[in-house]
Amino acid sequence: MLEYPRWKYLLVAAVLLLALLFALPNFFGEDPALQVARKDHAAISDTDARSLEGFLRQRSVHFIRSYLDSGRLMVRFASVPDQLAARDAVNEQYQGTYITALSFAPRTPELLRALGLRPMPLGLDLRGGLYLLYQVDVNAAVSQALEGYAQDARRALAGANIPVKDVALVALDTPRPNAVRVVLPPEADVNAARSALTTAFQGLTVTTESLASGSAVNAVLTTAQIRERQDYAIQQNITTLRNRVNELGVSEPIVQRQGVDRINVQLPGVQNSAEVKDILGRVATLEFRLEDMQHNPVEAQQTGRVPLGSKLYTHTRFGHPVLLKREVIATGDQLTNATTSQSQEGPAVNVRLDARAGENMLRTTRANLNKRMAVVLIDKRRETTEVDGKKVAREITDEEVVNDATIRGVFSNNFQITGLQAGEARELALLLRSGSLAIPLYPIEERAVGPSLGRDNIDKGVTALLVGMAGVFVFMALYYKTFGLVADLVLLANVVLLTALLSMMRASLSLPGIAGIILTVGMAVDANVLIYERIREELRKGVSPQAAIRAGFEKAFSAIADSNVTTLIAGVVLWVLGTGPIRGFAVVLTLGIATSMFTSLMGSRALLTLMYGGRRKLARLSI
Amino acid sequence: MEFFSHQTNFPFMATRRWWYGLSALFMVVSLSAFFTRGLNLAIDFTGGVSAEVSFPGPVNVDTVRTRLAAAGFHEPQVQNFGSARDIAIRLPPDPQQSATAIRARLEGALHELDSGAQVAQLEVVGPQVGNELKLSAVQALFFTLLGIFLYIAFRFHTWRLSFGAILAVLHDPILVLGFFALTQMSFDLAVVAAMLAVIGYSLNDTVVVFDRIRERFETNRRSAPEVVLDQSINQTLSRTIMTKVVTSIVVVALLFLGGPVLKGFSAALLIGIIAGTYSSIYISSAIALDCGLTAEHVFPSDKKAALDHLP
Repeated sequence: MLEYPRWKYLLVAAVLLLALLFALPNFFGEDPALQVARKDHAAISDTDARSLEGFLRQRSVHFIRSYLDSGRLMVRFASVPDQLAARDAVNEQYQGTYITALSFAPRTPELLRALGLRPMPLGLDLRGGLYLLYQVDVNAAVSQALEGYAQDARRALAGANIPVKDVALVALDTPRPNAVRVVLPPEADVNAARSALTTAFQGLTVTTESLASGSAVNAVLTTAQIRERQDYAIQQNITTLRNRVNELGVSEPIVQRQGVDRINVQLPGVQNSAEVKDILGRVATLEFRLEDMQHNPVEAQQTGRVPLGSKLYTHTRFGHPVLLKREVIATGDQLTNATTSQSQEGPAVNVRLDARAGENMLRTTRANLNKRMAVVLIDKRRETTEVDGKKVAREITDEEVVNDATIRGVFSNNFQITGLQAGEARELALLLRSGSLAIPLYPIEERAVGPSLGRDNIDKGVTALLVGMAGVFVFMALYYKTFGLVADLVLLANVVLLTALLSMMRASLSLPGIAGIILTVGMAVDANVLIYERIREELRKGVSPQAAIRAGFEKAFSAIADSNVTTLIAGVVLWVLGTGPIRGFAVVLTLGIATSMFTSLMGSRALLTLMYGGRRKLARLSI
Repeated sequence: MEFFSHQTNFPFMATRRWWYGLSALFMVVSLSAFFTRGLNLAIDFTGGVSAEVSFPGPVNVDTVRTRLAAAGFHEPQVQNFGSARDIAIRLPPDPQQSATAIRARLEGALHELDSGAQVAQLEVVGPQVGNELKLSAVQALFFTLLGIFLYIAFRFHTWRLSFGAILAVLHDPILVLGFFALTQMSFDLAVVAAMLAVIGYSLNDTVVVFDRIRERFETNRRSAPEVVLDQSINQTLSRTIMTKVVTSIVVVALLFLGGPVLKGFSAALLIGIIAGTYSSIYISSAIALDCGLTAEHVFPSDKKAALDHLP
C-alpha cells in the first residue's frame, strides 16, 4: 500500500487552487484603453466620470465601459481607432482639466479585479516604449552647495569689515572639492573672522590654518554631508522627473533610482524620445510672495475683479484660492537647499537661501510680521495640439501655490516652515528643491522599442513557449506513458504556479523572462525524470510497483535537491547583479526552481499515490 | 519507450584518454579563437548605437551604408535582419553626441533614402554604461563560479571529486565562449545570463552522477573505483540523456521561434547543454579517477555514519 499524509494532499490542492486564482487574470488579454487623470492630481469624482462618459457618448465615440481606478478614470475600447478618437476629443475639450494617456486595460473580470488580482505587467520589450537611463551629476550638487557657502562667507566677512584675500573651493584629502577655504591677509584677526563666519558655515566643520601668505579658515563638508547632498540631488531629480512624467500622461510609468547616481525612467507606449527628453529635461522655478490679506480671494475669483498689485492663484495645494502680492521676495535659483527636520511644532522644512535673497527676506519679514507668505511653483512647458490638421505648439505655464504660512519671526536666509504633517513636509521639501537650481542630469542609455516590435516579441515568445511545452508533453507521454502524462500535468501546474507567483510579485514580464519560463519547463522535467528513472530501476530489480514508487521518490530526493542548488546559485547571482530584463530572467529562473521542486516532489507524489496507492492488485506500472 | 532497453555497460573510464584528447582540442580551439578573434561584443558592452529599421520595400544594404557614411556616421555597420525590408544598423559610440542628436540624425538620413523608413527599435548605450555592464558581467561570472566552487568543496568532501567537477564546470562556458568567438555571433547581456545558467546546469549533471558514485561506493566498497564509476555513469545515463533531450526541445523551440532577440541566448544555452552533458559523463568522473579516487575518500570508515545523513 502506498500512502501519503492527508495534510499534504490538502496543501497541494490549496496551493494549486490559489495559484490558479492568481494566474487567472493573465489569460484574459487586454483592451486598448484611455486613462484620464486630473491635472491637479485630485481624484476624479463619480460625477466627473459620468460627465466624461456623457461627453464621449455625445461625440459618438464608442467605448466598452469605464471605471474609476485609484482616482483615475479608465475607459476601455474595442479598437485602437476608438481609443485615439476618444483621446483627441477629451484633449480638445478638457485641455486644462485632464491629462490623458493611452494604455491597455486588462480584460480581467470585475470579480477578480475586486479581489485585487491583476495580470503580470509587461516589460518595455513586450509592450513597446522608451527606456532612459540618466546620469545625475552629483558632484555638481556638492560644488553648488560649496558655492553657496562661499558666497555667504564673502558677505559675512564684508558685513563685519574683515578683509579677505581669497575665497575658494578646495579639495582637502579628497579628489574633488569638499571644502571652502577663506584666505585672510596677515593683518586680519582670525578669531573675529571665525566668529563672523559661524552663521555662514553652520553645520560644517570649521578649522583654521596658517599659510605662508597669511591664515585661512576652512569649512569642510564631511563624507556623510557630501553623501547627503548627493542623495538630495538624486531625490530632487527624481521628483522633478516624476512631475514631468505625470504631465506626459504616460500610464504606469516607472521612475526609480539605480545605483548611486543614476535614475532610470521607463515609459510604456512612448515613442518620440526627442519630445519626451525635451519635457523631462526642463526645469521648474519657485517664487516666494507675500499674501494680500486685505482682499478676499474667493470674492475675487467669483467677481473676476483682482485687486491692483495682486494676483489670483486658483491652483493651490490646499484647495482654496489665494491672492498674492506681485513683488517677488525670492526665486528658485536663490534657494540653495530645502530639507526636512523635526521642530518643536512637529515636522518642518528648513529652507536655505543665498545671501542676496536672505537680505530681501530679512527686509520683508521685518516689515510684515504675522502676515502670510506663500510659495509658488512655476512650470513652463510646450504643448503640441492639432488645430485644423496642423500641429500648433504653445507654451503653457502652470502656477501652483504649494505652501502658505504665517511669518512668525524675522529671518533672513535660513528659516523653517512648520505646521506640516510628516508626509507634507517631505513633499514640500522635494517640491522646493525641484524648483531650485537644477542639478544637471544627462541621458547615458536609451532604448526604444516600437509597439509592433513589442507585439512581435510577445507573439514569438508565446509561440516558442507553446511549441516547446507541446514538444515536451508529447515526448514525456511517449517515453513514460501514464507516468509521462502525470509529469505533463505536473509541468502544467508548475507553469501556473510560476505565473501566479510572478503576478503576485507584480514583477514585469520581459522577453528573457518568457525565456526563463520556457527553460523552467525544460528543467522541471528533470526532477520527474530522476524519480521515474529510479522507479524503473527499482522495477528492474523486481521490486513491487508500489514499493518502487516509494523508493523512487525517496532515493531521487538527494539528487534533485543537489542539482537544483547549483542552478539556484547562478540564479541568485544574476538576481543580485543583473538589471532590467536580465534580472527578470533571474527572478523567473530562481522562482522556477522553487515551484518545480514543489510540484514534482509533492504534486506528482500526491497524484501518483492517488492513482496507484489504493490498488491491492497492481501488477505493473505504465512507465 | 526507452533509450536503452537494458542496463547499459559502456566502458567510459577505459576510453577516457580519448575524451581528454578531444576536450583538450576543444579547449585549445575555443581559447585560441577567443584570444585571436575575440568576441563580437554587442552594444551592451561596447557602448554605441544599435537600430532596427523597417522599410516599406526591399532595401539595399550598401545604399544604406553609403547614405549613413555620407551623413557623417563613422563606420556604420548595416545588415539585413529577418527580411529584405528590415535592416539592423550599428554605430560605434560617440561621446560627443547625445542620444537625441544621434536619433535625429539617423532618422533624417534614413528618411532621405525612403520617407517610409521606420525605426522599430533604437538603443543608445553610453560608453561608460558599456564598461560597467562589462564589469558586472565579469563579476557575475566570477561570483557564480565562486559560489559553485564553495558548494562543491562543501558537498563532496574529497578534493578529487571537487577537482573533477570544477574542471567540468570551467569546460562548458569556455566552449560557449569559443563558439561565440568562432561564429562571431553577437555577444550580449542575455548571452552572459545564458552562460551562468549553463554553469548551473552543467554542474547539475555532475552532481547527479557523483551522487550515484557515492551510493555505489557505499554498497560496493570492494569493487575497483573504475568499475564503480562506470556503473554509476551507466546507471544515470538514461536520466542524463532524457533530461538533456527534453531541455533541448524547449531550447530549440526558443532558438527557432523566439525571434532574433533571443537567438544568442538560446544558442549559448544549447551549446552549453550539449557540452555540459558531455563533460559530466566524460570529464568530471574521469578526472576524479585519475586523481586516485577510492571508496575510502568518499566514505572514510569512521565517518561513514555521519555522511549518510547529508542531504
